[in-house]
Amino acid sequence: MSEFATDYSLAELLICANAAAYDNDGEILVTGIGVLPRIAASLAMKTSNTDIMMTDSEAWLLSEPNPVGNRPDDFIQQNETWMGFSRIFDNVWSGCRHITGGPTQMDRFGQSNISCLGGTYQQPKVQMLGARGFPGNSISHANSFLIPSHNTRVFVEGECDMVCTIGYNPARLPKGHQLSDIDLRMVLTNLCVMDFGGPDYQIRVVSLHPGVTIDEVIENTGFELCIPDIIPETVAPTEAQLAVIAQLDPQNLRSRQLKDDPPGVRS
Amino acid sequence: MNKVMKASDMVASLSDGMTIGIGGWGPRRKPMALIREILRSELKDLTIVAYGGADVGMLCAAGKVKKVIFAFVSLDFIPLEPYFRQARQQGAIETLEIDEGMMLLGLRAAAWGCPFIPTQVGLGTDVLNVNPELKVVDSPYDEKEWLAMPALTLDAALIHVDRADSRGVCQIKGADHYMDDWFARAAKKAYVSCDELVDSDYFTPEQEARFVFWERSQTTGVIPIVGGAHPSSCSPHYGFDVPHFKEYAASAKEGGFASYADKYIHGKTEIDYQKLVGGLESIKQLPLAVY
Repeated sequence: MSEFATDYSLAELLICANAAAYDNDGEILVTGIGVLPRIAASLAMKTSNTDIMMTDSEAWLLSEPNPVGNRPDDFIQQNETWMGFSRIFDNVWSGCRHITGGPTQMDRFGQSNISCLGGTYQQPKVQMLGARGFPGNSISHANSFLIPSHNTRVFVEGECDMVCTIGYNPARLPKGHQLSDIDLRMVLTNLCVMDFGGPDYQIRVVSLHPGVTIDEVIENTGFELCIPDIIPETVAPTEAQLAVIAQLDPQNLRSRQLKDDPPGVRS
Repeated sequence: MNKVMKASDMVASLSDGMTIGIGGWGPRRKPMALIREILRSELKDLTIVAYGGADVGMLCAAGKVKKVIFAFVSLDFIPLEPYFRQARQQGAIETLEIDEGMMLLGLRAAAWGCPFIPTQVGLGTDVLNVNPELKVVDSPYDEKEWLAMPALTLDAALIHVDRADSRGVCQIKGADHYMDDWFARAAKKAYVSCDELVDSDYFTPEQEARFVFWERSQTTGVIPIVGGAHPSSCSPHYGFDVPHFKEYAASAKEGGFASYADKYIHGKTEIDYQKLVGGLESIKQLPLAVY
């Protein structure tokens, strides 16, 4: 076991915490949407779960994750099969996948939104991406979330403005389905790690990042969280993990993902 | 059968109110020269089905669109398509917002002559609530309800490919042909622009024929337009034009679509357009995106 690092960024802490989400997944396709989740999936594939499959985010399944950012001209990516977008759905609908995405809103049921905000649905105040593949991901396979801005505009008091993903909401449960069919795993934020392990799948605080208080998490969440009596600190990256991360992200794109690239240990 | 035609012939065969599917994905391999030809026409009240990029944004901005059937509209590196965003925020268009996979199922249903394909995708989300036209059905085989994704039958599909012959054999050599085969199959008529018109024997070697994803009977018209995907990409030949998309997006903040269209589209031929964006040779040099 490598030594725990003492000097690391919040981005690196989140990458390692996100990678841990895949520890027990076995041989499945992992998709990390965005730079930090992508590095996290790659880190897991290189270290804690070498059975993971990843794509090049374009059209090929890889036996070695690609580094993020521009690659040298002589770089040869390690393809193992074609995996165009239409074939992704064959995998998604088989359930053999775990995704980490970054929605703009999440509510107490774990429902999330990347489509539009405010106004009416016919005339939203802010049009975003659209539902993309989120509805299908959420009902088909495991889902984690990396949301680096933990505040009450994101973790909303009511339901999301446009619910793009199925969550643990009994009122929306389709006929013949069970809440236990839904597989929401981990929610990582700039303050803490959460899961759905509270009573009736209530969102539960699992660990606090170094220097963060539970009061700060409560204050910045629009709904009631399950707060265990004892909450550990989020596990620091090891030196070995940081070394692998540096290889996977040689241009240090991770330092540009969070505002001001804060340190992992708050002073 | 010789299916070679001009973009203007394609537009002349379309009419107001049609449902038109557009191939490609976001800023990738969009039949943009065909879109520009529609922008120069009087066509209106269109229903557009697309994995959308600037194709959808431009048609919305030009007032050609009654309804958009979409899962996303995005330029990738500019995540939010500026003119689609404006149209939505002005309440100017009707929508059918669905999951990416639901769109694939809708195209397959149309291609296969099924009224719908059952799926669990969309259940438990607002995709059902905001789209009253989507229905759920009971299964004859289990106790669950299923979303009945309706066939997305297209009056026409517009697609851009690398190569085609005059009979409509179309080849996509880029790493992904996206859902273009399903757009071609879901459409009553499929119009395909191509970077290169080739002789039929081009496809004789297996390694060439392997990249033909639908039979020529699905192709209605072939429109040779080298560089015709610009400003979207046609990998592996050219990438999408980042500076051009930035200028396009900036026009949404200042000047409006009219300023963009006056500069690049209205009263301009495709040759004029290519000169205005730096010439065909510079299009062919556009670097491929790194993902």
